[in-house]
Amino acid sequence: MDFNFTEEQTMIRDSLARLIREQYDFETRRKVVASESGWRPEMWAQFAELGLLMAPFSEEDGGLGGGPIDAMVVMEEFGKGLVVEPYLPSVVCGGGFLKRGSDAQKEEYLSGVMSGEMIFAFAYAEPKGRYNLADLETTAKKDGSGFVLNGHKAVVIGAPWATHFIVTARTSGDRRDKNGVTVFVVAKDADGVSTRDYPTVDGRRASEVYFENVSVGAEAVIGEVDNGLPLVELVSDEAIAALCAEACGAMKVAHAMTVDYSRQRKQFGVPIGKFQVLQHRMVDMFMEYEQSISMTYMATLKLDEDEVTRKKAASAAKVRIGQGGRFVGQEAVQIHGGMGMTDELAVGHYFKRITMIDSEFGNVDHHLKRYTDLSSTDMAVAAE
Amino acid sequence: MNLDFTPEEIAFRNEVREFISENYPKELEGMGTREDLTREQFLAWHKVLGKKGWSAPSWPEKYGGTGWTSTQKYIWSEENARVDALMPLPFGVSMVGPVIYTFGNEEQKERHLPGILSGDVWWCQGYSEPGAGSDLASLKTTAVRDGDHYVINGQKTWTTLAQHADWGFFLCRTDPNAKKPQEGISFILVDMKTPGIEVKPIKLIDGTHEVNETWLTDVRVPVENLVGVENEGWTYAKFLLAHERSGIAGVARSKRGVERLRNIATNELVDGEPLLEQPEFARKISQLEIDLTALEFTELRTLASEAAGKGPGPESSILKVKGTEIQQRLTELTLEAVGYYGAPYAYGMEADGNNDFGVGPDHSNYAAETYFNMRKTSIYGGSNEIQRNIISKMILGL
Repeated sequence: MDFNFTEEQTMIRDSLARLIREQYDFETRRKVVASESGWRPEMWAQFAELGLLMAPFSEEDGGLGGGPIDAMVVMEEFGKGLVVEPYLPSVVCGGGFLKRGSDAQKEEYLSGVMSGEMIFAFAYAEPKGRYNLADLETTAKKDGSGFVLNGHKAVVIGAPWATHFIVTARTSGDRRDKNGVTVFVVAKDADGVSTRDYPTVDGRRASEVYFENVSVGAEAVIGEVDNGLPLVELVSDEAIAALCAEACGAMKVAHAMTVDYSRQRKQFGVPIGKFQVLQHRMVDMFMEYEQSISMTYMATLKLDEDEVTRKKAASAAKVRIGQGGRFVGQEAVQIHGGMGMTDELAVGHYFKRITMIDSEFGNVDHHLKRYTDLSSTDMAVAAE
Repeated sequence: MNLDFTPEEIAFRNEVREFISENYPKELEGMGTREDLTREQFLAWHKVLGKKGWSAPSWPEKYGGTGWTSTQKYIWSEENARVDALMPLPFGVSMVGPVIYTFGNEEQKERHLPGILSGDVWWCQGYSEPGAGSDLASLKTTAVRDGDHYVINGQKTWTTLAQHADWGFFLCRTDPNAKKPQEGISFILVDMKTPGIEVKPIKLIDGTHEVNETWLTDVRVPVENLVGVENEGWTYAKFLLAHERSGIAGVARSKRGVERLRNIATNELVDGEPLLEQPEFARKISQLEIDLTALEFTELRTLASEAAGKGPGPESSILKVKGTEIQQRLTELTLEAVGYYGAPYAYGMEADGNNDFGVGPDHSNYAAETYFNMRKTSIYGGSNEIQRNIISKMILGL
């Protein structure tokens, strides 16, 4: 057992932290978020230059030989800086699928993800599917050697900036069947793809994505036809671990800001941080943060274990971070008082980001149920 | 970063598992969660471990520790929890032992450490007083120098298992004129057979005799029993509390408890179906297990940073707070799981001389008693509110 970071990982953390400190201060971020495009492609180029986009991929695939821990380090720093650029959709999700794709797909797309020239978004959610990854109304019908896609994908984060989508669609079976799910790569400029773009409450950009008789070749399929769900679940669990890391970064800053504010803000003639009722609440926030970091490490380190262990770990982390994040976010605003409600202060923006993380890839209730269902599977297996 | 055990660690685990299965005293099986044990029962496993040299894994090797890595210690506690082993009590091994080898003189080390390691000498803790609980520094028991002796007068309380104790470590006021209450306190070792000591039982809500009042009247203790420097006892007391907290998370034991709870909930039926299949109850167990996982990894991170050279710091307060909350929730859910068979009073029926009282399923025995007893955990060792004060001051700087 080893909880140390490698030299490379520490270097990634330090250089990224410096870049964010120098070029991603809160005022700059506000301007960027309010701008027409909502992000900075030149920032993305700098991330590429630092090696962040290549870090979690094997050297064989042209990466730096890291893995999920490298992505965790990046996402934690992104969380601290409220970075809006699409690392999770493009590198963690897009890259997560593509590195398990064919050699041709790696060559055509993965190198583009790593260089930063291609941006991927993960179109998995649907308006009526909630958090069930197999509950798909989007269809892909066999057409000669290829497929024709039709459907509507919901709240696709980073889609306005994307060049490509990873799309889940039903190729056979009934609406919620585990079998019959297939994963496709679709270029955003393909005929029949349209988007409705909008800002999200936490400063990012997303789209409703519509597929209308979009033709793709057989080479657009990632993994096996009809048997894509296990891969979707695997990449989603990797995304959960990365999201948890982002949440931890944001929680850490929200907590630090709150402690700092409580030292400065005076009421009844003393700094409010002298009041025990607030001290204990800030201690509880701190403990929630520490537990969240522990769970993030745990889930990240268990990504390569057997399927049930991995899924339980990801769900456990998502539950804990969902609960801890809600507590830290709400109390950070509460202790800041009226100032915490203002758009001018950063703390509210951290609260908003932490809040939205809970609904990405399944919220607390969803993952508590998933964990519970997996536990009974576990016991049944043990009893056999 | 990785969670893998090395081949050496796997070999170590096998060695430990084999040792436990061959040497764990048969008469203690199933007793690991009980509170009403005899002195011999409490010490049986400790004595086996003492002979093996494994009774104090956390001590420095030169004083009798094992020199195990933090991973080995983790394996050790996991393996003991698998059989609900009755581990050495904390008073010698985790509390006074580290104070003696850190602050005591050579004579004290030679005299006291072997008995702590072997389990031959039972220690008790004289800290709390009727008027000094969370505000421990307001303690009033005095030790007045008289020639080669201190003369101790006062009253201690909550002295855990003092009815079995050979020795005690006491906080006494040696300078009544000190400027601050924390100053002027000394850490003194007392032979419990010294005339003037009276130990009176306090019965707790679960019906057990676990704690005592300890009265000290003109108790004459040789000055060589002072540990460290006179009037510096508060420093040692704080050191001890941090040590006490680091073992207090009880992760391995709670994991075993969750397993037991799952079994109970599999056997308890609701409308003919296992309680475990009721979503409401199943999710309470899941939540508990998830929180326990968070605690486990927080402890592993703490151990890793200790292995990197940092002693137990204020972070151990998190382990105390979260560890005890989980232990309490575990017993709460266990009581909830057994339903109305929580009511029969196990210790009450044993008093009739009948250990096998045969009321309700076996798994319901002691469920309520244990639940009541475990309320102590958020109160002792520095209440969980005091732990929050420590984190607030030491980590948040408020």
